Amino acid sequence: MARRLPPQPGEWIDREHTVRFTFEGREYPAFAGDTISSALLANGVRVLGRSFKYHRPRGVFSAANHDTNVLFQSETDFNIRGDVTAVEDGMKLAAVNTAGGVKRDRGRIMDSLSPMLPVGFYYKTFHRPRALFPFWEKRIRSMAGLGRVDTAWNGGRVPKRHAFCDLLVVGAGPSGLSAAVAAAEAGVNVWLVDENARPGGSFNDQEANLQRDELLHRAHELHNLTILTDTVAAGWYADHYIPLVTPEALIRLRARAVIVAAGVYEQPAVFRNNDLPGVMLGNAARRLVHRYGVAPCESTVILAGNSDAYRSALELQAAGVAIRALLDLEDPGTRADLFADVQAADIPVYGRCAVHSAEGNGILEAVTVCELDGEGRAKPDTARRIDCDGLLMSVGYAPAAALLYQSGAGMTFAGTPGQFVPESLPPGVFACGRVNGVFGLQARLDDGLAAAGEALAYLGRSGVQHARPGRGRERMSHPWPVFPHPKGKVFVDLDEDLQLKDLERAAAEGFDNIELLKRYSTVGMGPSQGKHANMNAVRILARLTGRTIDRTGTTTARPFHHPVPVGHLAGRRLRPERRTAMHGWHKAHGAVFMPAGHWLRPKYYGPGPEEEAIRAEVLAVREGVAMVDVSTLGKVEVIGPDAARFMDQLYTLKLSTVKIGRTRYALMVDEAGVIIDDGVCARWADDHFYVTTTTTGAEIIFRHMQRLIGEWQLNVDVINRTHQMASMNIAGPLTREVLQPLTDLDLSQEAFPYLGARQALVAGVPAWLFRVGFVGELGYEIHVPSAQARHVWVSLMAAGEAYGIRPFGVEAQRQLRLEKAHLIVGQDTDGTSSPFDANMNWAVKFDKPFFQGKRSLEILKERASNRLLGFRLPGNHPGPVPEECHLVIHDGDIAGRVTSIGYSPSLDAWVGLAMVDRALEDADTLSIRAAGAVMVDAPVVPTPFYDPEGLRQKLETAHEPVAREASA
Amino acid sequence: MKLIHCPKVGTRPASEFVYGGLWRPMPDPDACSDTEWCHYVFHRDGAPGVQREWWCHAPTGMWFVAERDTMKDEFLRTMTVAEAMREATDG
Repeated sequence: MARRLPPQPGEWIDREHTVRFTFEGREYPAFAGDTISSALLANGVRVLGRSFKYHRPRGVFSAANHDTNVLFQSETDFNIRGDVTAVEDGMKLAAVNTAGGVKRDRGRIMDSLSPMLPVGFYYKTFHRPRALFPFWEKRIRSMAGLGRVDTAWNGGRVPKRHAFCDLLVVGAGPSGLSAAVAAAEAGVNVWLVDENARPGGSFNDQEANLQRDELLHRAHELHNLTILTDTVAAGWYADHYIPLVTPEALIRLRARAVIVAAGVYEQPAVFRNNDLPGVMLGNAARRLVHRYGVAPCESTVILAGNSDAYRSALELQAAGVAIRALLDLEDPGTRADLFADVQAADIPVYGRCAVHSAEGNGILEAVTVCELDGEGRAKPDTARRIDCDGLLMSVGYAPAAALLYQSGAGMTFAGTPGQFVPESLPPGVFACGRVNGVFGLQARLDDGLAAAGEALAYLGRSGVQHARPGRGRERMSHPWPVFPHPKGKVFVDLDEDLQLKDLERAAAEGFDNIELLKRYSTVGMGPSQGKHANMNAVRILARLTGRTIDRTGTTTARPFHHPVPVGHLAGRRLRPERRTAMHGWHKAHGAVFMPAGHWLRPKYYGPGPEEEAIRAEVLAVREGVAMVDVSTLGKVEVIGPDAARFMDQLYTLKLSTVKIGRTRYALMVDEAGVIIDDGVCARWADDHFYVTTTTTGAEIIFRHMQRLIGEWQLNVDVINRTHQMASMNIAGPLTREVLQPLTDLDLSQEAFPYLGARQALVAGVPAWLFRVGFVGELGYEIHVPSAQARHVWVSLMAAGEAYGIRPFGVEAQRQLRLEKAHLIVGQDTDGTSSPFDANMNWAVKFDKPFFQGKRSLEILKERASNRLLGFRLPGNHPGPVPEECHLVIHDGDIAGRVTSIGYSPSLDAWVGLAMVDRALEDADTLSIRAAGAVMVDAPVVPTPFYDPEGLRQKLETAHEPVAREASA
Repeated sequence: MKLIHCPKVGTRPASEFVYGGLWRPMPDPDACSDTEWCHYVFHRDGAPGVQREWWCHAPTGMWFVAERDTMKDEFLRTMTVAEAMREATDG
């Protein structure tokens, strides 16, 4: 570890513990606490990665979680950030995005091709001819991308946690620590999060350690202060809902107030070859020295745009780095005492000078320095070369203000300190420290106290009162750290190798709005999301367009503003599956299930080919006896003095006239007169109804009822019985023989007529029975408490065994109901169908003072534009049979569609419904465009197709099977 | 995620609530013109601003009326349906 410095005060490494890791085949030692980058650098490895597009060599740049060109692949993970990830014993690492290793990456040929790849190259080049695009796409895709995903997913789940606090402080630097400790000492519950491995922020490498230790000591005394390190507050959502990305989990934190003390991102200067390994941010060098005891270089030039550069110079010199020159973009005389200190340390200072280009073959070897003219441009005739292996840039900062932007803060550009600062903040959001434009240690500590006071006041607490110290007088960010070079390679965004000329060309091509510039050039769209590129891009665009920085504006960093592993975002697939009380029985009897809303319902009972099974189930209902589980129907009790009025106002039919112990069909329309639900309504008492809804409508319709009770101000209650009650429908000519032995209820036609409703014991269980024509045969719908439902079902099945009873599923149920032309809401109707479109004029009773949709139906009555027609094709129809959604064609135009069709074994015919234009209501045949564009002429027939008078469901006449022709 | 204040249940996360559309007193269906009725049924003013809306706290089935600034996505006030009706009649 040749570049390791003597122990530094407060360093993060543990020199007692050496770990060993390999990088591209070679083994290196490191200390526990080292990051991958610091460990490699300590061993003299300076080329750590290759860039995304041109495969240029890259090294440490920010050492602050934004070195997006220094990403590693390990045996278990990919895109590992070298600048923040701790190195571990036995790690086997390689750089991502190389062909053959970081040193001899064959992809580096892209760099020499770069003049041929101008901005927008891919947009412009590969879309024509279109036929070739798949060819190019394959090649581009194989070149693009960084690490390799292990598709053999290990199934590990990232836990999601929920947490609550009074105050979240983002950033544990001087101002954040100061704010968090003060607020916690005032008694509120505070969370303090920081993305670094340790709290302290710039305390750790740029400021005195003593105050940090004092603050941390106070922090540790506080039980109401939770400190999370290695944690990114990755976004701000409404009402202070903040996702915290920790290494182990995603925490969804709800705070009552938020203080953003996220600090700043140091910004690079823009000059030729500013990406060479060895060129880095000033504070990156300080982090390497103070946290990891690593010398960033042996000899360095420092580019200064603010006083921090002078501090860096002194610290690095103290660490043993030779300072070849300090180039100040401005007059060093303005740096006052620091200038004197630096001079006293024999550091050569050059005023009004800049780096025009960095030199070196794959690694920094020297810099070319020029004097600046009055406009801040480099004067090439003054160029001179300084040999060095390090170049530190301290030219300015940009606020880490993503959370502030997301919360809706107004940000404005302030010439001093030379960055965007918050101008207005939404309620409950506060900012302090450098993100607030406040520099200088004491000012930042004070700003934290002031923010804590404001947050406490917002939370209705007192305790801290401190005035805002105000922003400093020093301009910390140079307004134009940009030095064009005729030979190019002047990088603005290292993430995607975006050069100054690319932005210039994009603006010249008309993409001169910051949002357009971003999308066209991809500036700020790489893994660091422009944290080190956007500010310079804004400056460049402002200058190109002659606008101010404020007018030019910034793009918004949306949540999550920092890359997050997909596993942190992946939720568990929560797809609730509802099962009826008889589910186990169905399963044991070969049911093949299908989804019906959230429910699973038997589609048919196997084994055997599906069609044969369904056919047999249909015939069992028509000729013998069979039973279907209809527990998924919505079931609602309506109770109260206004129950009858409520039912009248809710449904189109008159339900107040239903007699006790009787049932009636119930059809619901919305305010526009469109059919939204149907069911059966039974009456138990003057003030007590029981009504079913469709399976899919159960939840929505119940909620709708609750709302209408409030809106209509009626004295009535609704009780949702959907899950408490299970129901089954037993039907077929032999039904009474099966059911009668299980109940004392007299099932005779006289005692329990068609459409009757009764309460009785069935198989010893209290049951509600409704004699309805559900599938067009004699049948009873039996509702029982879910807990006893399986017993009732099994008892009926046992009692029916002698009569050949069998269960039937959804497919047979649909076929049976289609034969009776019972429509399915939402399948045979759509979002425009009124009862008049669906041939249900009979179901609308206008002789009620009011019902939902009445006024609309009055208007629609004479204007219905569609009509539901039945059609029929012989069972042996040659050629393709139309399917649902096939179009009805009339005079070459679309005139409707098939809504339902099925083969009826009872009739040996295909029967179907079609919603057609009103103009076709008297048509004899429908011309339907079936599969393969084959036109099928289907004769229109009256509905119901089967037993049109309904004799079989009403009367006891159906013991003999319906005549039908034998079918194949 | 937003927090919404239900007048009966208290403050709960938005995922527990169901939006029920604009709260609009129904015109007298027997007295209004077809145009007025059509306006009531179909027309919505999509302009951002303060409006009253139906909201339901789904776990309890509690419907209430919220006054919301759709420009700022800010709940200004919530009230029971009865309160909203009373205000509509009085005001």
